[in-house]
This record gives sequence, structure tokens and C-alpha cells, in this order.
Amino acid sequence: MQELQSAFWEAGRLLLTFDSDLTEIVLLSLRVTLTAVFLGCLIGFPFGAFLAVARFPGRSLIVLVVNAFMGLPPVVAGLFLYLFLSRSGPLGPLGLLYTPAAMIIAQTILVTPIVTAMTRQVIEDLYQEYDEQFRSMGLSGARAVPSLLWDARYSLITGALAGFGRAAAEVGAVLIVGGNINHVTRVMTTTIALETSRGNLSLALGLGFVLITLSLLINAAVMSLRGSAKRLAYV
Amino acid sequence: MSAERDFTGLEAAGRVAPGALLPVTLADVCFAVNGTDLLRGLSLTIAPGSRTVIMGPNGAGKSLLLRILQGLIQPTRGQLTWRRAWGEARGTEGDTAGSATDKHTSGAPPVSIVLQRPVLLRRSVAANLTHALRVLRVPRRDRAARLEELLTLGNLQDRRGQPARSLSGGEQQRLATVRALAGNPEMLLLDEPTASLDPQATQAIEALIQRSHGQGTKIVMVTHDLGQARRIADEVVFMANGRIVETAPAEIFFSQPQSNEARAYLSGHLVI
Repeated sequence: MQELQSAFWEAGRLLLTFDSDLTEIVLLSLRVTLTAVFLGCLIGFPFGAFLAVARFPGRSLIVLVVNAFMGLPPVVAGLFLYLFLSRSGPLGPLGLLYTPAAMIIAQTILVTPIVTAMTRQVIEDLYQEYDEQFRSMGLSGARAVPSLLWDARYSLITGALAGFGRAAAEVGAVLIVGGNINHVTRVMTTTIALETSRGNLSLALGLGFVLITLSLLINAAVMSLRGSAKRLAYV
Repeated sequence: MSAERDFTGLEAAGRVAPGALLPVTLADVCFAVNGTDLLRGLSLTIAPGSRTVIMGPNGAGKSLLLRILQGLIQPTRGQLTWRRAWGEARGTEGDTAGSATDKHTSGAPPVSIVLQRPVLLRRSVAANLTHALRVLRVPRRDRAARLEELLTLGNLQDRRGQPARSLSGGEQQRLATVRALAGNPEMLLLDEPTASLDPQATQAIEALIQRSHGQGTKIVMVTHDLGQARRIADEVVFMANGRIVETAPAEIFFSQPQSNEARAYLSGHLVI
């Protein structure tokens, strides 16, 4: 019990003194995750909107696959990416394995289906509502997408934050393709796993507090956004 | 939609501006859903100029007729013939000065519709109108001035920054109406635009309708409000059970309705 208590105190000290190791890990985690979310949105917003407004053979299958990939196990995503990036894999010559770039790709793979699926659902509902009005103005199909994306902006930000939550909490994929190398690819989740197994609970706890705080902040941001949007009658 | 009929006679008689969209002729137009006929053998010519009011009980097919005219749905059978196809160039030299044809914004659909429940974007009042101007391809240099015109027309200057969906019902309908006028359409379709509005808001919408008619826009409006129909209509199309039962100049329709259905409707009996 005393050991646990001292671990909490030590974790608090690390946080309050902005311990260099802890800060480096938090910053790398944020860099990797925010980049992955940005890329996921860059792909997911237009692709989801396209799936919402377009009608073509095989669309239902693509929607099914995207929805299924929302629950893609991170370790499986990491394993396939590892096979692609390993020296003997098709992308081996790029030398990306065990770099932050590989971790960004892994998290992008996990975030994109979430953003895409949520975008498709939101835009499809909105398109149904706007359909007659838009068609009467001669606006349909791909031409309607920018207007729909803009009007759904508050709901889409919620989707992006859900993707951020998924990426920030993920450990399996980044561990496989990043290798958890100290000062290179060590992020919060992989460090927590490693340090816990080593018995170094203070650093693990400190990072755990940061993760929980991030999660709280994300949820607060979502609630605040939705509240503002509702107040402004924008949802 | 094709432009097959020859209306040169009307042009020569000065009743139709050269290059104009109207008249539009419906010949035996039917619309069915899952084998059920909702519109049956509609034959009608909608001429330019006059204000046409479509009346009839619920389920008569009035809103469907408007949607067919707007091109939102296609007839299952029959033919809809515009004098000029929608995509054709218009505003040829010699057009009647001041007609809607002259002012019609190139690239915008020549027919515009106002729905009973306006669908407003999740944006401010001004952004709703700016969006319409952009979509209707109003040149960028003209948009700011046109926006001011529309805000003034709808008496919405003080509401420009307000979220459109937070407006009152009457204001929302005014916004929807001026948005429909953004591209200077040749024909304005209105589907019970004042159905849930109070007299003051109704008056404001009617003023907008009369004003755009005065500027040369053909008005086709669906209404259940007999008083409104009397105020606005030049001619009445009466529908029941998916058919056109009677078409007549307004004066004649209201004083001497020819069909039993119209007589019953005007006298306040239930028409089922």
C-alpha cells in the first residue's frame, strides 16, 4: 500500500515538474495522434460524404467494410502494416518501420474508418433533409458535398474527436510498427505497458493521468461544441 | 424536358417573350407509386403572366404537380413540354424589356419552388442567401449587392447574422421565399407557403408574391386558404383525387364553379 502511495506521489512530482522524459513522450504521442487524426479527416470527410451522396454498384459493400473496420483490432492492423513495412515487404525500401511515420500510418488506418463511417451517416441524414431544396437549385451529387460538409461541421468535429480518442488510447498497432524505442517511438500507451511490466509505476501512473485528462478534455470539448451548436440552431 | 411545341403564334401576338420558358403544357401526365396512380391524366397549359392558384382537398395531388413542374419528380406517363428547354440560352435580343426572362440569372434553374416547410441551411440568414447566390452562379462581383437586395426584399436586414433556424416561422418563410427569388426565376412555385402562418406573416409573404409577379415572374401557388386564393388568383386549377377537375378564371371559378367537387369545396363541405 505504501509502495502504491509513493508511486502516486512520484507520478504527481513528474507531472508538476514537467519531467523531460514524460514531456517528450506526451509530445510525441500528441504529434503522432494529431497527425493521424488530421490525415484520417482528410481522407474520411470527403470519402464518407461521397459514400453518402453517390449511388453505384458495390456501394453497400464498401459501407459494410468501412463500418466493420471501425472495430478493427489494432494489433491486426499493426501486424498487416508491419508486413508491408518490414524489410521484405512491398514498402520495405522506404525504411519506415520503427519510426514515428509508421506509427502515424498505423493510427491513420484505425482513425479513417471511424471518421468515414460517422461522416457517411451524418451526411446521408443531412442530404435526405436537404435533397429537394438542393435539387430545386440544381445542386446534386458531388456538387452538394462541400455544402453538406460545412453544414454538418459540428457533427463532423465530434467524429474527429472520437477518432482522436481511439488513436490516443491505442497500444497494439503502434507497439508493433513503432517498436517502443526509447526517445524515438515511445508513446504514452506503449510506455505505460512497458513501465508497468517493469514495476516502474510512477511514470506509468503519470502518463495514465495525462491520458485520462486528455479523455476528459475531449469529452468536455464535444459537449461544449454540441451545446454551442444547439444554442445556435446549427444542429 | 423538351421544347417541341410551336408557340410562335403567341409570340407574334405579344403574349410570350421570345426565348421565354412558358407556356408549359402537360399532356395526359400520370404519376404512380408502387402501381398506385397518384396523378391521373393531367392535361393543362400554364401560360405566362397570370397567377395560377391550385386548389383542392388533401391528397388531390397538388404538391405532386408542383414537384413535377419543378423537375423534382418525373411523370410516370404523359408528356411535359416547355416552350424552351431549361438548359437553352435565353435573353435573346428583342426580349420584352423588364420581363423575368431578361433578368433571369444565367445558370440558375428557371423555375424555383418554396416548400410548405422551408428547408433552411444550418447557417446565418445572410449565409443562406449567399449560398443560394453561389449555387445559382450569380457572378461573384454581383453577390454583395444582390444579397442586400434580397435582405431588403424579405425585410430581414436586422436578422442577417442570426442563425436561420432560430427565426420565427414567418421570417423563415420570408427567407425561403426571397431565396427562391435569388436567381430571378421565370416561374415561382409555392406549396402552401403560408399554411402555418399568422395573418401578418401571411400578408408579408403575399406582398412578396405580388411583387415578384409584378416584375414578370409567373406564379403558381397551392393553397387551401380560400381568402388567399381570392386575393391572389387570376386563374384556378381545381384538383381532386389526382385529377384536374376544373380550370377556370378566378372570377368564374369562385362565382360559378362548374364541378360538384369544386362547389362542395367552396361551400365548405368535406370533399373526400
